[in-house]
This record gives sequence, C-alpha cells and structure tokens, in this order.
Amino acid sequence: MDHNLLSKIATNNGHGENSPYFDGWKAFDANPFHPQHNPDGVIQMGLAENQLSFDLIQKWIESNPSASICTPQGAFGFKETAIFQDYHGLPEFRTAVANFMNRVRGNRVKFDPDRIVMSGGATGAHETLAFCLANPGEAFLVPTPYYPAFDRDLRWRTGVELFPVVCESADNFKVTREALETAYKKAKLANVKVKGVLITNPSNPLGTFLDRDTLKDIVNFVNDKSIHLVCDEIYAGTVTNGDEFVSIAEVIEEVPKCNLDLIHLVYSLSKDMGFPGFRVGVVYSYNDNVVNIARKMSSFGLVSTQTQHLLASMLSDDKFVENFISESRIRLAHRHDMFTRGLAQVGIGSLESKAGLFFWMDLRRFLKEPTFESEMTFWRVIINEIKLNVSPGQSFHCSEPGWFRVCFANMDDETTLVALWRIKTFVRNNRNLEIKTRKQCWQNNQHLRLSSRRLDDILTPHRMSPHSPLASPMVRAQN
Amino acid sequence: MAIEIVQVQPSVGLSKMAVSQTHGEDSPYFAGWKAYDENPYHETNNPSGVIQMGLAENQVSFDMLEEYLETNLESTNWGQKVSGFRENALFQDYHGLLSFRKAMASFMEQVRGGKAKFNPDRVVLTAGATAANELLTFILADPGDALLVPTPYYPGFDRDLRWRTGVQIVPIHCDSSNGFQITPEALEAAYDHATKMNIKVRGVLITNPSNPLGATVQRKVLEEILEFVTRKNIHLVSDEIYSGSAFCADEFVSIAEVLESRKYKDSERCHIVYSLSKDLGLPGFRVGTVYSYNDQVVTTARRMSSFTLISSQTQFLLASMLSDTDFTQKYIKINRERLKKRYEMIVNGLKKAGIECLKGNAGLFCWMNLSPYLEEPTIKSELAIWNTIMHEVRLNISPGSSCHCSEPGWFRVCFANMSEETLEVALSRIHAFIKERKQVL
Repeated sequence: MDHNLLSKIATNNGHGENSPYFDGWKAFDANPFHPQHNPDGVIQMGLAENQLSFDLIQKWIESNPSASICTPQGAFGFKETAIFQDYHGLPEFRTAVANFMNRVRGNRVKFDPDRIVMSGGATGAHETLAFCLANPGEAFLVPTPYYPAFDRDLRWRTGVELFPVVCESADNFKVTREALETAYKKAKLANVKVKGVLITNPSNPLGTFLDRDTLKDIVNFVNDKSIHLVCDEIYAGTVTNGDEFVSIAEVIEEVPKCNLDLIHLVYSLSKDMGFPGFRVGVVYSYNDNVVNIARKMSSFGLVSTQTQHLLASMLSDDKFVENFISESRIRLAHRHDMFTRGLAQVGIGSLESKAGLFFWMDLRRFLKEPTFESEMTFWRVIINEIKLNVSPGQSFHCSEPGWFRVCFANMDDETTLVALWRIKTFVRNNRNLEIKTRKQCWQNNQHLRLSSRRLDDILTPHRMSPHSPLASPMVRAQN
Repeated sequence: MAIEIVQVQPSVGLSKMAVSQTHGEDSPYFAGWKAYDENPYHETNNPSGVIQMGLAENQVSFDMLEEYLETNLESTNWGQKVSGFRENALFQDYHGLLSFRKAMASFMEQVRGGKAKFNPDRVVLTAGATAANELLTFILADPGDALLVPTPYYPGFDRDLRWRTGVQIVPIHCDSSNGFQITPEALEAAYDHATKMNIKVRGVLITNPSNPLGATVQRKVLEEILEFVTRKNIHLVSDEIYSGSAFCADEFVSIAEVLESRKYKDSERCHIVYSLSKDLGLPGFRVGTVYSYNDQVVTTARRMSSFTLISSQTQFLLASMLSDTDFTQKYIKINRERLKKRYEMIVNGLKKAGIECLKGNAGLFCWMNLSPYLEEPTIKSELAIWNTIMHEVRLNISPGSSCHCSEPGWFRVCFANMSEETLEVALSRIHAFIKERKQVL
C-alpha cells in the first residue's frame, strides 16, 4: 500500500522526531550509564525529570492506603471510580489540584476549581489551547529559546504556526517589549495572523523566571493587540525561593483593564511532583468559552479516574503538600548548586537561574566558530567522548550558538558526581579546545563585567556571569 | 455524565473550530441526559425518577473485578519499595508498558477465542477509544476528506471523527429490510455520493459488534467490505469495542480473523480500535488502543499518542489483571453469559408489551422498534414519542435519529448499567405506556 494513502499530517515531519534533539537520546538508549553495570555509559542529562522527592510521596502512599482503589482500604471505591467518565473530572480532584496550584504560589492566588480542565499532560493542554484559540495558518509568538516539543504540540495536528520572539544573551535572554513588537511586525509582513503569545514561566530551557514588570509588559502587549496569552507554568514549583515567583494569575489582578478573556494557563504535575507517567495536564482559562470548549475537547485526553482519585486524596492533604513543596525546592536548589559550583571550578559558566530542573550552560568558548555547525560538532564530542546527553541550544531555537541545557534532577548524587567529574576532566585535558583568546572575548562580548575576580571568587558558590572572561582561570593564567 | 448545553457566543479571537457546533453536544441525544441528571431514578430515594437507559455501560461484572483485586494485592499495588512507585510514575514512554501491551494483546486474543493472533508491538495505547478513533482519522484522512460509516452509528462519531480533524462522515445507508446489514450496493452508493460531491473517500469505518444495533457483522459482509476497500484502495477501520460482549463467542467474527485466514493479504489497509470501557466496564480509566497492520500507521499513531497516553498507574494495574489468563478466561465467559441473560430479559419483556427488537447477539443495548406506535413515519413523530418517553414514562433512551438511522421509530435501549430490579421497573413502565398508547391509536 503506497504512502500516499496516509494523510499529510501522517507523512510530514510535524512529529518533530527528526530533530537532532533526539540523537542524544539514541546515544543514551544504545549505551545507558549504570553505576555498577555500565559505568562508562552515557549519562542522561537531556531529560527534564524531577526524581529528587519520591521518598516523600512513597511515604504518603504507604500511610494512606485508601487513596488507592486497589488496596483493601480503598477497594470499596473501585466501581464508582472506574465508571466515572464525566469530562468535568472528579470534583475533589479539581479542588485538590487548585489547592496545590495555590500553595505552589504561596497562596497568593486562588484558582477556581471550576476552571480546571483536564488534558493528556501539558502536551495535550497545549494542543487543546492551540485548537481553541487559532485557526490553521495563524500563529503564536514564542520567545526563544523554547522547549523543542512546542513545534509538535502546537503545530502538528492543528496547522498553527510558531513565530520566534528572539531573546539574546546580551539581555540574559529576557523577553523584551521590543522583541515582541519586532516578532509581531515580522509576522505581519509575512502575512501571518498572530493569535497569541506563548510563554513558559519559569522558562525551559533557561531555568529563569520572569519578573513582575516583564510580565506586565507582556500582558499589556497582548491587551493592546487583542491577542491571547498562554502561560505555561509547569515549572512553578521548582523555583528555589517560592516567594520570588510571580504567576500570571497575580499579575492580571494588577493590570487595570486587562481583558481576562485573553488569559490562559497550562499546568501539569509532571515536573513539580515528578509524575510524568500519570498524564495529569491542566488547561486553566479565564475565558468561560474556552473553559467550555476545552472541556469538551478533554474527552480526547482525560485523566484516568484511578489517578484522579489518588491525587484528590494526596493533594488535599495540606500538611503533606506544604512539606513536599518546600522540601522539593530545597533539594532542587542543592542539586543545582552542586552542578553550577562544580562547573565554575573549571571555568564553565551558566545563565544565572533559580528555577527549573536544568541550567543553561555556556560553552561558547569551546566552539571553533560561533556557528551552529560548530555547536553540533562540539555536542557530538560531549555525547561521544564525555558521554553526557545534554541538549544543544539550537534544538531550542536559540539564536546564538554555544548554549546547552543540562538537566540535573533526574539522577542520584553519585551519578551527579560522575557527571561533574567527567566534565571537569574533559575541560582540564582539553584546554586547547577553548578557542577564544581573551582578545576575541573582548571583541565578542558587549556587556563585559570588568570586576577583578580572583580565583577564590570563582570557587565560592555564586553564579558566574557568562560575560566575564576574566573569571576563567585559564584566561587569568594567560595574563 | 453531566453535559452542559451552553450557547457559545462567537467570541473575538477563538478558532472556527471552537465556535462550530461539531462537538455535537447540541444533539437531542444529550437532552435526555439532562432530564436524567435533573431527576435521576433511585430505587428507594427517588423511585419515580428517570431511569438511565441511554448509557452503554457494563455494570454486570464488577464483582469479578473486585474479587480479583482482593486476591491480588501484591501485584496490583506498587509494593513496599520506593522504586516500584517511582519507576511507574516516571514512565511516560509512548510505547507503553511492555507488560501492559502484552496483556492487552493476549486479552484481545482471548476475546476472539484464540481465532486471531495479536502482536503486542502493534498495540498503540490511547486514552480511550474516543482518542483512538480521532487519532486514526488524523492519520488516514486530510481535512475535507470523508470516511464512510454505516448507519445507524454511535452519535459520538460525529465529534470523534469530524470535529478537530475536519474530516467528513458520509453515511452508508442500512435499513430494516435486511436487519440493517451493510450491503455492497449501499457501500457503492455511499462512495458514489461522496464522489459526486467532490469529496475524497479515505476509508470505511465499521463498528463490530454494532452500536446501536447490538448485532455482530457477519463474516460474509466483512469479506465484502474488505473486497470493497481493496478495490477502491482505501482504509478499513473496525471498531471492535464491544467484541467481549458478544453473547456467543462463535457468533463474533473479527476482521483480524478474516485477515489471518487470508494470510494477511491487503491487511495494510486495516486497523482495529479497541478499549476496556465496555468489556471490562472501566470507562473512567481511559484505556483505548489502535491496532494496525500497517507499520507506518503504527509508528505515526504511537507518536500521536503523546497527546493522549494512558496513565502509567492504570497500565500497571491492568497489566497485572489482564495477564492473569485464568482470570480473564473466566471473566470473559461469565460476562458474556450475564449480558445474554440481561438481553433476553429485556427483549422478552418488551415482546410481552408488544414491542419487537432487532435480533441482536451482542452489546450492552437492544435496538427497539417503536415505528408501529408513531403517529407518522417521520423523525418528528419519533422525537415526539421520545419526548413522551423521557418526560412521562421517565426513561432516557436514545432516538434512532441521533444515530442517523434512516428509518424513524427505532430506539437504542441500554440494559447493562442497572440492576435487574431496576430493569424490571423500566419494563413495567414501558408495558403500561404501550398499553395506553394502543388504546389511543
């Protein structure tokens, strides 16, 4: 049967799996690291998973057997749960999820359980919103660098386009009003109708979160243009200092005359709780029509009631939730610091970040040329010689070569040390790979910080600015 | 299920899809739900309430599932080790748990009495058959193209196959002259009709056993359909969601058997949809599958399933349950017997009241013929009598017109979502209603 007999969607590349992003996976799958069985294998650092706090959840589950419909204590609820297929979802589930979302934001906001709509993970949530808000050929503006799978989630079956809002290292990749306006104009020139803006806050892959003023700017921008704003807050619970995180839910209350019909949130438990297998996605909209339509669409991706039942119980346990949120934050921050400090010791910097399950590593000076080809070449070195699967910036549509996303929460302490040791060893043995001389650095960086750092400054636990060539012990040694 | 019938005002800035009515929830099919939701029957608390007979759910065999759980605590729970839970919670591979896919393939084989083999690597998991049918449509057809679907058909197809895909349904008209069976003439007529409208036909989608007919598709008809799709070089989707509810195992012939007997010639155009919502009575768990004999469809479907994966928690539970072949063997057999008993109860009860049903042999419902009681042979009359049944007799049954039946007067009546006592109450209400109606006519 010839291939013309399948649809265009089936035969195009919209699934996105031909991206180089997945080559690293293949290398990992072919040779996965194991501390005892395969100590020379590839360490997976391309997977943004939160594996640091399962013990807390396991403990809760053991103490709450009635949350499972398979235990003697919970089995009386089996039939009722198994039959329930109402796309509104179990009311107690929605209430519990709203409660969790509130607490992740320090109870500074109060989410309405009736606006919570289920979806097949955040993956399903994004696609559903794209179907609801845009027609085929219309576009969303997305700040770069962004999560590679947006290309599939927002575009594949919907026919919607994505237009990049270019953010640069010179601004620490901030989303600026100018960048938004530029992207909007560019789309207009290309005759593409812009229907909305999609931001991820905290950002994947940057690990940073947006400040209040930037969020207000974005809200004002979408209001001025009368376009939608989709805010993916999937990493909200990974912010080290919870009080510092500002949710869109807070900002809209502070922007006068904000048209709430334009504001929509995506959430999921896959990152904050570490449950990607449970497929718990949420579409939260301030637009009644969107809630209604998204709810109807949720028929295509409802959360298993078995899982709804478990989480309704778990997430309404306030004591557990508060403890989990704060403990998880501490562990993530600690792991984050382990890496960034360790890398700083060999002069590798990263974008200053206080959220996410990854950091944005600056390897620009290891590239032969400041090109994406060089980035690819060096990435293959990282996979094949250092044996780490990290993700190259170009797969996130980063406008500048040399940046890599490194995930840190999907491994234990032992593996962390192995990964660090491999990087450090590589850097020490391959000084010749650091192509850029001090002169080149001066020429390339426009925002130099000329603070005179001494070597022990580098070794103390504060982040290094990527714009500080003086911070490199190598550079210093050349002086 | 509480459905909101909300008027969506065209809103500035939503997609055309969002404001269209293709989600289908304004169909009269759902008005009955509303009546039920507002006044639900309860044997002690509300004995005069509306009895829900519009919901194709299987509630006759839960005791067997519950018994299984009681005796298999170890394997259905994560156990004491942290790693068991962690591994399961992290597992998001769209291939699905291998143990679960194997268990599904094995269960599908058992349901077909071992007359067909299923390869676990062709099992693609989706959150329910709703998602499976939509997903297949995205893969097999482009917007504007059509799938041919025999009438009467499950009302949900209007949404599942058309809403977000932009694909159309062109009906294959079936009628009572031959028990609503699909004929080669009807297939050709539907295809020609589509061609005349300049619509490209990409496939035929059948439900076997049929919803709403409650009858299996005969082997001969399956072969004719297969011959037709091969000749037209189009696809065949067989939704076999009710395969485990065929009262006699021998009477159900799956397309898988037909293909196997032909050594899989032309099988690349064939795809099966299945789910545990009906046979196991677990609609809340969202367990669906696309089984395709076409490698590219399997690969693409798997990638697309990212939007609609099955909770790994649920995969884990069911992997254990369905790989226990002693349990599944027993379950399948007893479930069939109970459904058959229910069917006979309702059909005989209706007969006593003077109502004929289509001769059925599967499913969770019967196809009831009230055409002799219509004032006129029109949809308007059908909806009038339906309204009366809903508000005066207080039974929510599904009018044939909502299933796109070309003959007015047929109704789908579900019987497996209630106790036998409730069914008796429903039957006595119908009895009284028809008696009165006869006097009037």
